[in-house]
Amino acid sequence: MNEIKNDPAALKHELTNLDLETPEKPHLDSNELIINMGPQHPATHGVLRVILKLDGEKVLGTECVIGYLHRGVEKIAENRTYAMFNPYVDRMDYVAAVSNGLGYCLAVEKLLNVEAPARANYIRVILTELNRIASHQLWLGTHALDIGAMTPLFYTFRDREEILKIFEKYCGARLTTHAFRIGGCLYETYAGFEKEVKNFVQFVRPKIDEYEKLLTTNRIWLERTKNVGVISAEDAIALGVTGPVLRASGVKWDLRKAQPYSGYQNFEFEIPTGENGDTYDRYLVRMVEMRQSLRIIEQAVGAIPEGPIMAKVPKVIKPPVGEVYHSIEAPKGELGYFVVSDGSTQPYRVRVRPPSFVNLQALDIMVRGMLVADVVAVIGTLDIVLGEVDR
Amino acid sequence: MVEESKTPATPPEGAKTGAPTPPSGSEKPAAEVSPPAQPSSGSNVAEKAAVLATSERNPATSPATTTKPPAAPAKPTGPVPEPWTAPLVEKYQHQFGSGLQAQSYLGQNYFIVDRSLIPNFLKLLRDDEQFDYCVDITAVHYPKREKQFDVIWILYSFERNERIRVKTMIADGETLPSSVPIWATGNWLEREVYDMFGIKFEGHPDMKRILLPEGWKGFPLRKDYSILQQDKEWVQINLGIESGQ
Amino acid sequence: MLNALMSYLGSNVTPGEANNQLWALIYVLIIFAGVSVAVVAMNWLERKALAHFQVRLGPMRVGPHGLLQPIADAVKLLLKEDIIPAEADKFVFWIAPLIGLLAAFTVYTVVPFGPSQAVSDMNIGILFMLGVSSLAVLGIVMAGWASNSHYPLIGALRSSAQMVSYEVAMGMAVVSAVLMTSLHGTGLYGASSLSDGTGTLSMIGIVQAQQEQQVWFLFKFFPLGLIAFVIFAIAMVAETNRAPFDLPEAESELTAGFHTEYSGLRWSLFMLAEYAAMIAVSSIAVTLWLGGWMRPFPHWLSGSVWDFIFSLFPGLTFLGLAAIAVRGTLRMPKHNYFRVQTIGLGAFALVLGGIGLLLLAIAIGARASSSEAIARAADSMNNIYWFMIKIAVFMYLFIWYRATWPRYRFDQLMKVGWKVMLPISLGVLIVTAIVGVIA
Repeated sequence: MNEIKNDPAALKHELTNLDLETPEKPHLDSNELIINMGPQHPATHGVLRVILKLDGEKVLGTECVIGYLHRGVEKIAENRTYAMFNPYVDRMDYVAAVSNGLGYCLAVEKLLNVEAPARANYIRVILTELNRIASHQLWLGTHALDIGAMTPLFYTFRDREEILKIFEKYCGARLTTHAFRIGGCLYETYAGFEKEVKNFVQFVRPKIDEYEKLLTTNRIWLERTKNVGVISAEDAIALGVTGPVLRASGVKWDLRKAQPYSGYQNFEFEIPTGENGDTYDRYLVRMVEMRQSLRIIEQAVGAIPEGPIMAKVPKVIKPPVGEVYHSIEAPKGELGYFVVSDGSTQPYRVRVRPPSFVNLQALDIMVRGMLVADVVAVIGTLDIVLGEVDR
Repeated sequence: MVEESKTPATPPEGAKTGAPTPPSGSEKPAAEVSPPAQPSSGSNVAEKAAVLATSERNPATSPATTTKPPAAPAKPTGPVPEPWTAPLVEKYQHQFGSGLQAQSYLGQNYFIVDRSLIPNFLKLLRDDEQFDYCVDITAVHYPKREKQFDVIWILYSFERNERIRVKTMIADGETLPSSVPIWATGNWLEREVYDMFGIKFEGHPDMKRILLPEGWKGFPLRKDYSILQQDKEWVQINLGIESGQ
Repeated sequence: MLNALMSYLGSNVTPGEANNQLWALIYVLIIFAGVSVAVVAMNWLERKALAHFQVRLGPMRVGPHGLLQPIADAVKLLLKEDIIPAEADKFVFWIAPLIGLLAAFTVYTVVPFGPSQAVSDMNIGILFMLGVSSLAVLGIVMAGWASNSHYPLIGALRSSAQMVSYEVAMGMAVVSAVLMTSLHGTGLYGASSLSDGTGTLSMIGIVQAQQEQQVWFLFKFFPLGLIAFVIFAIAMVAETNRAPFDLPEAESELTAGFHTEYSGLRWSLFMLAEYAAMIAVSSIAVTLWLGGWMRPFPHWLSGSVWDFIFSLFPGLTFLGLAAIAVRGTLRMPKHNYFRVQTIGLGAFALVLGGIGLLLLAIAIGARASSSEAIARAADSMNNIYWFMIKIAVFMYLFIWYRATWPRYRFDQLMKVGWKVMLPISLGVLIVTAIVGVIA
């Protein structure tokens, strides 16, 4: 990696606030207009309020107002035992719930200094990668819908159903799966699991090709997404952006390769990167990620080892005093859990480092100078889930 | 690692109470044999550990006779923070002396620094040691301590592929210099720390609440914050009664 | 009056030319009813086709396969509360949709369904159509203004800017087609015996020019006619604010369009105007480039046998639709709850079949007997049928575009209109003129 200067002062645009409060300055120049994309809006993917300062059609600055979905998950964690808190983490990024659970279980396992057995790791990897595909499919459908292509939404949701069926058969839930436990998995794979996963992989490969056929070379899609929402690698690293957004800006970094967890080092897969850091590159990166996830699933499902699925974890989980930070590569970026234990059965502090929260900060930089219609496209391309932003 | 994950096995002290019942069948292969075998070796933990280890491997000791071991377990306390030795650490220990400690717990390395070191140390980490990605900024509240808040920066370096934490402790009411000039990520992260804990960061461009509505009173993630106080307040104002509970 | 009624029946000119106001009125009513039915059918087709594109079924419950859905929608819209914004300009608010409707429907005065099947064949027909259809912009601006809210205003201004810019390209394309009526150079089928310079602006005249020159203008001076047609086809999608140029009225954009504040019946008038405008501009395209009411291959496959075969098409189309309806009826679930729907669909199939048989009878009768009345009836049937089939293709294309493509951003839309379409259409016009004179 070349020299990446991390110097916020050198950011092409500064993160300044909109300064609505200063009484001396007139809020409205003759050309400036402050418009509210309110919490209720078809395209903000949840309850997000974006205040735009416009000059005609051009965006001069934005300010995001979040917190509409804040449920105090971190406070709740302090009043639940470690195992009881596990279902709560699914509700944060509810689109990709399995990843949340994986991150939390891994963090607590690290605190307990146990490792999940190999079979559990393989099951975890398969379910997590399926969940990555499902999350990217939902992203693609909604992002295309915001830009105006209404058909990919139905295709991706239809194909996502197959993944949800597998989840339902495995752990009983489609959305908030609570698939893993601290120490491994609770449920064995059901009869026919491998066959169904293999069938799914065969089923969905041509579907991904279909999505690409609809959009990748479409002239209108290219015009709407190329050079829209550009963020350079330096800005991305300075802003702490992770996940496909960072990779599309050219930084080849994926936690599954850089700091492997849960047996990812056993699998071969590529890390896609983009060149320009625009919306089109993010789209391409996510499409390739879907295919690479299929590759991982194929490798994993052919080789699930026999053995226990749960490590030796005491019935009452009381980690020794200490603190641990562990993060995984969730579909949206680096999802981290900072767990502080005081030796009792309830965590002393659980801090969730949400990728969408940090990525959303970059919205301001990415839409400066763009037109209003691009704001919607950029919010879509950041792939935020308000449940995770607000927790 | 076996010791930590097991439920506490009896230490020598348990036998000192002279309890007639064998503290745990796994202590010795012949568990029914009287306790006198146990207190013989005062507090030779290592020997006991060896005994424990061997008895673990002996399936015959599967306790048909286990009863609850008596209390006062001075079990091994698990992994402890060890000092972290690395060239990085040595360099800064020379520079900052006692204001900086470096420890490592379960393989994760962190610095504990004095509050006075804060913006400079972080800047040095970013500029000289290529910790260009600020993963997270968070805080923990220990109400019983004199310096109640732990503020933690989690940093990552792409070149070194290394993640460290920098921890500092401040008292209630103290402020910290903002790290926004160093990493732009800090903007919302510090706002959230302020929102949840009430720790202000000086030099932050926009120090206001982020997740909670603007007029919110109190800082939720503090340990002395209770939702009941909101409820009581509302109920007192609007319904004129003492408490809704 | 009976005299007026009967005297027209024998003529083969439009009521306008025959100066027969009664029949003109009757034609107007027929067209009004026909367009309304077409709009209703288009609404149903849009919902069903869009749904099938999106791997789902669309309306299935209101009437068999949702056939009565548009009627349910119309009833619902009629019964909705009529909300007028508080500070709105009431008169302008009321009249805006009416102006849109006026612009959309008046155009049909000159649309030729056949050589004498038009209300009136003005000799400035195409000019009239372009002029009147531009009035729709006025309706939109009035709607945005009267709503007294800045989102509809911005949407209305965008919409009107878009329509105005694409009208220029549209006009240039139309001019090149009109130019072709007077240039009898090398068509695809060989030169015509007429001399240059007998061009016309009249809609019926343009189709007749294609007939005489024995070439659809689509193929004339290949590829010039084709390019002009493509420019018009794209411009007409932008004119009617349809995808992919529907940014001003899209839901996921910031400004929700000029019809935000309209509810119930008023909104449905806007939708009616939009669909009617779609059919109107399609009819311009069909008239100018696709040979209007002419059947395919009138000269390659000529002769009375081929005429007869092609005249069977109307009947066969309706019989085909009836067959699909019958198949649908047979596939209905055999359960008590579906009894009414099955009966309804079966009845619909019978009606379609009946119409099909009637049309077949007319076609066969025209071949078999020598009665003039039946021959004229068969002629009318053929003309109207081929005209409408071509329009139906365009309608389906409108829906297909909407299902497939994302929408253009407003500045890209304007860029395409002014920087791409206008230069190309001017170029085509100039080259057509040059080629026509030289060749």
